[in-house]
Amino acid sequence: MSKNDVTRRGVLKTGAIAGAGVALPTIFTASSAAAYMNEPTGGSVTLGFNVPQTGPYADEGADELRAYELAVEHLNGGGDGGMLGTFSSKALKGNGILGKKVEFVTGDTQTKSDAARASAKSMIEKDGAIMITGGSSSGVAIAVQGLCQEAGVIFMAGLTHSNDTTGKDKKANGFRHFFNAYMSGAALAPVLAARYGNDRKAYHLTADYTWGWTQEESIKAATEALGWETVNAVKTPLAATDFSSYIAPVLNSGADVLILNHYGGNMVNSLTNAVQFGLREKMVNGKQFEIVVPLYSRLMAKGAGENVKGILGSTNWHWSLQDEGSKAFVKSFGTKYGFPPSQAAHTVYCQTLLYADACERAGTFNPCGVGQALEGFEFDGLGNGPTLYRADDHQCFKDVLVVRGKENPTSEFDLLEVVEVTPAAQVTYPPDHPMFAGGELGTCNPGA
Amino acid sequence: MDALLLQILNGLDKGSAYALIALGLTLIFGTLGVVNFAHGALFMIGAFCAVTVQRFLNLSFETIDETQKDFLGNPLKVKTPYVESWFGPDLGAGIIDWSVPLAILFAIPIMVLVGFVMERGLIKHFYKREHADQILVTFGLAIVLQEVVKYFFGANPIQTPEPNMLRGSVDLGMMVGFQANAIIYPIWRLVYFFFAIGIIGGVFAFLQFTTFGMVVRAGMADRETVGLLGINIDRRFTIMFGVASAVAGLAGVMYGPLNPPNYHMGMDFLVLSFVVVVVGGMGSLPGAVLAGFLLGILESFASTTWATTTIPGINQIIIYLVAIIILLTRPRGLMGRKGVMED
Repeated sequence: MSKNDVTRRGVLKTGAIAGAGVALPTIFTASSAAAYMNEPTGGSVTLGFNVPQTGPYADEGADELRAYELAVEHLNGGGDGGMLGTFSSKALKGNGILGKKVEFVTGDTQTKSDAARASAKSMIEKDGAIMITGGSSSGVAIAVQGLCQEAGVIFMAGLTHSNDTTGKDKKANGFRHFFNAYMSGAALAPVLAARYGNDRKAYHLTADYTWGWTQEESIKAATEALGWETVNAVKTPLAATDFSSYIAPVLNSGADVLILNHYGGNMVNSLTNAVQFGLREKMVNGKQFEIVVPLYSRLMAKGAGENVKGILGSTNWHWSLQDEGSKAFVKSFGTKYGFPPSQAAHTVYCQTLLYADACERAGTFNPCGVGQALEGFEFDGLGNGPTLYRADDHQCFKDVLVVRGKENPTSEFDLLEVVEVTPAAQVTYPPDHPMFAGGELGTCNPGA
Repeated sequence: MDALLLQILNGLDKGSAYALIALGLTLIFGTLGVVNFAHGALFMIGAFCAVTVQRFLNLSFETIDETQKDFLGNPLKVKTPYVESWFGPDLGAGIIDWSVPLAILFAIPIMVLVGFVMERGLIKHFYKREHADQILVTFGLAIVLQEVVKYFFGANPIQTPEPNMLRGSVDLGMMVGFQANAIIYPIWRLVYFFFAIGIIGGVFAFLQFTTFGMVVRAGMADRETVGLLGINIDRRFTIMFGVASAVAGLAGVMYGPLNPPNYHMGMDFLVLSFVVVVVGGMGSLPGAVLAGFLLGILESFASTTWATTTIPGINQIIIYLVAIIILLTRPRGLMGRKGVMED
């Protein structure tokens, strides 16, 4: 007599588990044949460039795409090689990555987190992208970084300046070459003290989202450490287009410095409004009124026109730098496109080379191997001087540029001048710094 | 007291833009019965008329300056605007400096033409359709127009500065007895306010004191009867579409120096302008103007530190909050008439 163990409850249980497994998106599972997500099997490898092609940061996205295309050209042995020739690591030979020809697909983030995640997901699932890179906003970078961690691919962040990207939202699969808000504050503070003195009263206008909050926190801490007093800090909606109501009370507040924690269109408009209100011509507390823009971008400086003249800020990189890496990149980019690259273009070009180099050194595309090769990697020749990819938080530590709007530009690109190159040591912070607390890198996810 | 005056002033210039856009919207709605979601795009096209004039005046020829180098180390190509070469450096630079006011002359015919083409080419086919269809088609048109502008001009804002003479600010507070720096106000914002008042006055005078205006008002009140009198009211309404388009365009031209134009600026104003129209009363021209200034001032007050610390986020919702309150207490808006959009 045989005993049948199959019960109705058991069948339902098994069915539910099997159903859930089938329903799980393929992005979170890996083929049993592959050792890791999207392991390249043919003669080529696909990278996913996820940049804003529409929306308010489309111009920055376009510049990023140009740089990515240039990087792919150089990796495949085309063009003049750009910074491959100046990069301290000599693992890249101009024959693709690990002998595979580099191909790419692009996605449009629209500077919206959900759209950016959707395009990244599509590039991973449908196009087989082994690595995702790009972005021109911290909100987007954090969202896509989270997705890449879950999916098991490497994320090489583009232009993202919020402390949170490598702070509370850091991920083992995510890496940032760009500097951050803390570094801007640390680099700017000594220059502000030297030029404007230690007895100042600051008024902050801050974009009301992750980057704005960390930027305000960082620059406030840095200036208060100098002895500056923070008179007021006002959050402005990200969608605001006219800042007159926020700027009008500034002169009456007793402040003699206005710090604009704004980026992009916000920065262009708030700075234009501040200059219109004649703030820079006023004397307050017996001192000349000053405006500071902690994060500068040449593309945005162009939008602000003459209003940027004489205004201090910080930037990750500038095309006028005279080191060999920067000169090689500017020559390559300028010859191909007819104008100098932006800092967004520079950082994404570097990220592509750094990823490719890490693959070569690791001898694999496996995200865990690549991550290990990037962690603690010290390099030079990419335009920012000696740089460390710190293992603790996957943040690059390098010199930071303090720049000022140029008084007498000689061309439409000649908008900013470098007034100080702040050494990396001065902007380095411990991994457990309170501004970066709250998150864990976790472990790398190869997607298998 | 000085802070109060300052925020009223701030509200006036913002209100000027709302009022001008809402005036055009109401003109179109009152005459053609169309809810035109592309009206914000007309404001944006106006601003880009100023950008175009500025670029046109800055058209340059290049000369090689061997003494200077460009970013690649090649001899620098120095650009000299043709107008400076034709009229001399001083007069040429002066013409370029006044490109925004000069753009008004360019914008009027262009905007009237854009209005005609928009109305004859697309919107007239939707007169007898549901309002929802009209909203969808005009909203789609707005997206197309802004993408076209982005294609040609890029996504980043473009500076269209005011003339040097009108740059900077005046200390209005000192003129009325307050201490220095109490009420500082940019000159161009005052210019914008008075310009808006002039345009609004002109439109009202045109409708009130001309035969054409009288017929249009009659048509707005009873289109069929005016038609039965043998008057081609459709042609006049098309002209009014052109006028409304020009009003929005001029608002955009003059707005450029306040905030650098970008392709998205029309959308930023559109929703708020619709709220203005609803609060003012659908179809009421004085209501649109009154609500424009009123909401501009309220928005300005809601952005003060006091307001945002008392009720966080009030600056982002104040206009909608007021709209809800007004619609609950006066369902036809401040100056709405019975029978409009009630069928």
